[in-house]
Amino acid sequence: MATVQTPIAFEAPGRPGSPVELKPRYENFIGGKWVPPSGGEYNENLSPVTGKPFCEVPRSTPDDIELALDAAHAARDAWGETSLTERAAVLNKIADAIERNHEMLAVAETWENGKPIRETLAADIPLAADHFRYFAGAIRAEEGSIAEIDKDTVAYHYREPLGVVGQIIPFNFPLLMAAWKIAPALAGGNCTVVKPASPTPWSILKLAELIEDIVPGGVINVVNGPGGEVGRALASSRRIAKVAFTGETVTGRLIMQYAAQNIIPSTTELGGKSPNVFFEDVMAADDEFFDKALEGLVLYAFNKGEVCTCPSRALIQESIYDAFMDRALERVGAIKLGHPLDPETQIGPQVSQAQLEKVESYVQIGRDEGAEVLIGGERAHHDGELEGGYYYEPTVLKGRNEMRVFQEEIFGPVLAVTTFRDEADALRIANDTMYGLGAGVWTRDMSRAFRMGRGIRAGRVWTNCYHLYPAHASFGGYKQSGVGRETHKMMLDHYTQTKCVLVSYDPHALGFF
Amino acid sequence: MSARVTATGPALEAIERLQAEHGAVAFFQSGGCCDGSSPMCLRVDEMPPGPNDVLLGEVGRAPVYIDSEQDRRWGQPELVIDVAPGAATSFSLEGALDLHFVSRSPAAVAADDGHEPR
Repeated sequence: MATVQTPIAFEAPGRPGSPVELKPRYENFIGGKWVPPSGGEYNENLSPVTGKPFCEVPRSTPDDIELALDAAHAARDAWGETSLTERAAVLNKIADAIERNHEMLAVAETWENGKPIRETLAADIPLAADHFRYFAGAIRAEEGSIAEIDKDTVAYHYREPLGVVGQIIPFNFPLLMAAWKIAPALAGGNCTVVKPASPTPWSILKLAELIEDIVPGGVINVVNGPGGEVGRALASSRRIAKVAFTGETVTGRLIMQYAAQNIIPSTTELGGKSPNVFFEDVMAADDEFFDKALEGLVLYAFNKGEVCTCPSRALIQESIYDAFMDRALERVGAIKLGHPLDPETQIGPQVSQAQLEKVESYVQIGRDEGAEVLIGGERAHHDGELEGGYYYEPTVLKGRNEMRVFQEEIFGPVLAVTTFRDEADALRIANDTMYGLGAGVWTRDMSRAFRMGRGIRAGRVWTNCYHLYPAHASFGGYKQSGVGRETHKMMLDHYTQTKCVLVSYDPHALGFF
Repeated sequence: MSARVTATGPALEAIERLQAEHGAVAFFQSGGCCDGSSPMCLRVDEMPPGPNDVLLGEVGRAPVYIDSEQDRRWGQPELVIDVAPGAATSFSLEGALDLHFVSRSPAAVAADDGHEPR
């Protein structure tokens, strides 16, 4: 695949003409102020676009988590008692600030994570704003309940905040996943301490700069540093009332164990190996629907495959396999690689050297297992400032569902393709995985779509679509993909606790004593 | 039981450094999103192995476990614990040393000069 050499439409942060102002060094955001890490140490933050450092961020210690928890606890009573009118207004103002700074945040996010600017402009940033608006609306419409137990006894049910929560954000959508987690926490009346992922510590600080005068001090706190020290200190703290995590399974299990030790709730989203099922009738006509289905397969390359719900297993009915794959590979071959700040670019670098090496190693594992490389399968090399970035070619492997490349999340632009005979076979293969986060079904037969949608054991089954993440559609895992749901008002259940005030209006004693 | 796990020299050195700082450590092979597929190095008392963890062997006195279903689905592979520069984002202890452990296959390690399995 050729390097795209069109002019760059957006300048990188800190450069002349860039919408993003860049400081050489950033601090933790604690109590509404910028607070240096107590140990005085900083890490260089690399851009995956170039592989070079562009700013410093705190290398915090558990002491800094304590400072953030102090600030959050100092703010919790006032925030928890804020009227819903005011609370929703704050969430809406955050959304307005995101929207006003749409381009700035999109460029920052692209430089931080490597995702193409066309994705950050069209998806990450507008969705982040919308999730705040959604929870602003949802919390206004919430109400408790009154149950008449008998004519003199009434149970009043109130939704009360949990207090202070800990939230650990993944590197694949640094701003959007932060919005997914922060918005319902704040809507529920909680204060939060956020630990960004180590490869992506900075773009959320650009968001914090925008909202420092909007959100009362201590309601949102951001502490950067190594997961093994500060993430662990946060997740295991006695001073949080709930922990939310997106990441891999062992850390997820550890977080659930800490939550068990402290007897607090946890929600975890731990990834998947999502099947994307194409029935033969998608090729019944060469029309708009077929074009949409082809794009549906290529969506595995969205965000360079660094998506928990990446449709990384394509199951194609054997009767159309050759004809379908001819067209699909043509589409994959047309993916434009290049500078992610170029609006034409469709795939940018993996987030880190470590992720790039993992992708490479899985493609090798696939080859060793006998999978056939249909396209890609190598690092992509770019000249100039991109030379040190972490680029990989969009890759398609053909093999069998028993292979490791069909069973483990690669988290890169690597699609594993196999065939199925009939609907029962498709369902069996789709469910033959330890994960159950997402799935896709493509067919013109809506009865079959309905059966498959109910039959697939996953928290989200996209039907004749994929990779839509609207607020008000729940998201979360079956099986090993985690516990809990996000992006829906049911999430307020995860971020509030129920108070029952049971009142007797009867003046008479029970008569027991 | 024949051990299904070994470690490279650099990985054994990193394990030794972590043991000097934290005491006994153990590995749990991770899966799923983000840093999934990496072996997570934890203090041995931090997460006791459960009934569904399979002991693959020991590297540098550190036991290495994998979830039994994951082990089956991965085809019961032989693993070589290696180490590479750069911290991962997980709770694995070597992040503080700006390193991350990697699970590799013996074939991949053998193809890579200077990283002979031990």
